[in-house]
Amino acid sequence: MSHQVHSLGHVPISDHSFSADRSQLALARDISVEIYDTGSKYNLKTTLSGHDKTVTSVDIAPHSGRIVTCSQDRNALVWEPSPDGTYKPTLVLLRINRAATYARWSPDEKKFAVGSGARAIAVCYFEEENDWWVSKHIKKPLRSTVLSVSWHPNSVLLAAGSTDSHARVFSTFIKGVDARPEPTIWGDRVPFQTLCGDFVSPAGGWVHDAAFSPSGNALALVTHDSSITIVYPSGPEQPPAAVVNVSTTLLPFKSLVWLSENEIIAAGHDCHPVIFTGSDQSGWVLDHSVDDPNEAKKNATSREYTALNMFRQMDLKGTPQASADDASLPTIHQNTITKLRPYAVSGGRVNSVSSTGVDGRVVIFDV
Amino acid sequence: MSQSLRPYLDCVRSSLTAAICLENFSSQVVERHNRPEVEAQTSPELLLNPLTISRNENEKVLIEPSINSIRISIKIKQADEIEHLLVHKFTRFLTGRAEAFMILRRKPVKDYDISFLITNFHTEQMLKHKLVDFIIQFMEEVDKEISEMKLFLNARARFVAEAFLTTV
Repeated sequence: MSHQVHSLGHVPISDHSFSADRSQLALARDISVEIYDTGSKYNLKTTLSGHDKTVTSVDIAPHSGRIVTCSQDRNALVWEPSPDGTYKPTLVLLRINRAATYARWSPDEKKFAVGSGARAIAVCYFEEENDWWVSKHIKKPLRSTVLSVSWHPNSVLLAAGSTDSHARVFSTFIKGVDARPEPTIWGDRVPFQTLCGDFVSPAGGWVHDAAFSPSGNALALVTHDSSITIVYPSGPEQPPAAVVNVSTTLLPFKSLVWLSENEIIAAGHDCHPVIFTGSDQSGWVLDHSVDDPNEAKKNATSREYTALNMFRQMDLKGTPQASADDASLPTIHQNTITKLRPYAVSGGRVNSVSSTGVDGRVVIFDV
Repeated sequence: MSQSLRPYLDCVRSSLTAAICLENFSSQVVERHNRPEVEAQTSPELLLNPLTISRNENEKVLIEPSINSIRISIKIKQADEIEHLLVHKFTRFLTGRAEAFMILRRKPVKDYDISFLITNFHTEQMLKHKLVDFIIQFMEEVDKEISEMKLFLNARARFVAEAFLTTV
């Protein structure tokens, strides 16, 4: 298995997004968004600057090519691509007074959701008559900053993870924008701001990421107690059919991606992704880790050191082993992985994921 | 290294590794601010349980984690008056130069001798395991340093006393 590694400077990357044909990559780093042309080597094409505080999230709509960015300066911008390769920014009326933390387009691209530190989620849609993006707020049970949002495939339900250690499922049905959705296992009639589910991990902890399974009939959440929880709902207003929690001895995960209905990849502070497998009947287990540091360490130590080299090291550094490998981690990512995204899908299964980290690297893992 | 120092330092090391899992987090209380939550103490849900690791009543470490920062306070061993004085002078010397140390806090937390404040911006710039190594090494070295200074001070005192008395 080979992994593509691209080192793009040392500035932390908070979020990334590939365009639908994967010819472009948008990176949120510091106060701007960088657009890269992807080839064998990534070349910086343009820099979108319009925010004046750290950009926290970026998302490219796969069909329209519009880019939504949000930042700690409380604003979100929609960047409309023009044929000459430039982007025209439009400010979104978010009406929040704290940092915007996370923005994602709905699968039908009519709406996007912005999580914020103002204990609210702004669901934004385009208002034709006024020619601007307006928002409706989901406020009710949120008690703290929203760390992540994730859309259900039907573009109406939204999962949100927050620092009050709850992951919640809301309805974002907006009359006039959405067609009436098919009833799902989460609810039949879902007016705006309906709370369709509220979950915590058994040990508590901030919910760093929550995501629906490809079918939308299960929800996975990663929390700061280093565990992953998978919830299978049974029906509206019913207790869930199964709640599976897998706790690990790793450091907390920051992001997760469903590879298929029975596989999840998660990554975070341990700097390498791990894969969980299972189902609601059999339960879930940590299957294996991708880019395993223990494996890398084993290979490194099996290298033979000559006696001369050993004595030279003793003389120079006072230790028999070369300390060069001590300055870097045995994993590809040298610092926390901030975001995982599906990269390529074949036969209904995600078979490669892209990741970005605080170390400024973009890695594409084959899984 | 003495028999009880090793497990003590190992414990501090693994606790620090687990506690330094920080992220960029903007204040949810004050608009457009990004500040260490462990210092602001305005949102209880963003703070984790503080942890004290003590080797004996004179030597302990307090780790206070939060979502975007962590505060580490160390109580250095002080067996007698001289050591107490030396520790005070030594930490004053360091905290007076806190800008140059990046993670050093200007004022120690109450009941402790020296405090470090690590924020997510430090972990972005520096390698996490090296930061942990630095703290552990500091804890190892500081005891050695203080007892060396004490020996040196005693030797000098003896020398001064001898010189003073023989001239009579």
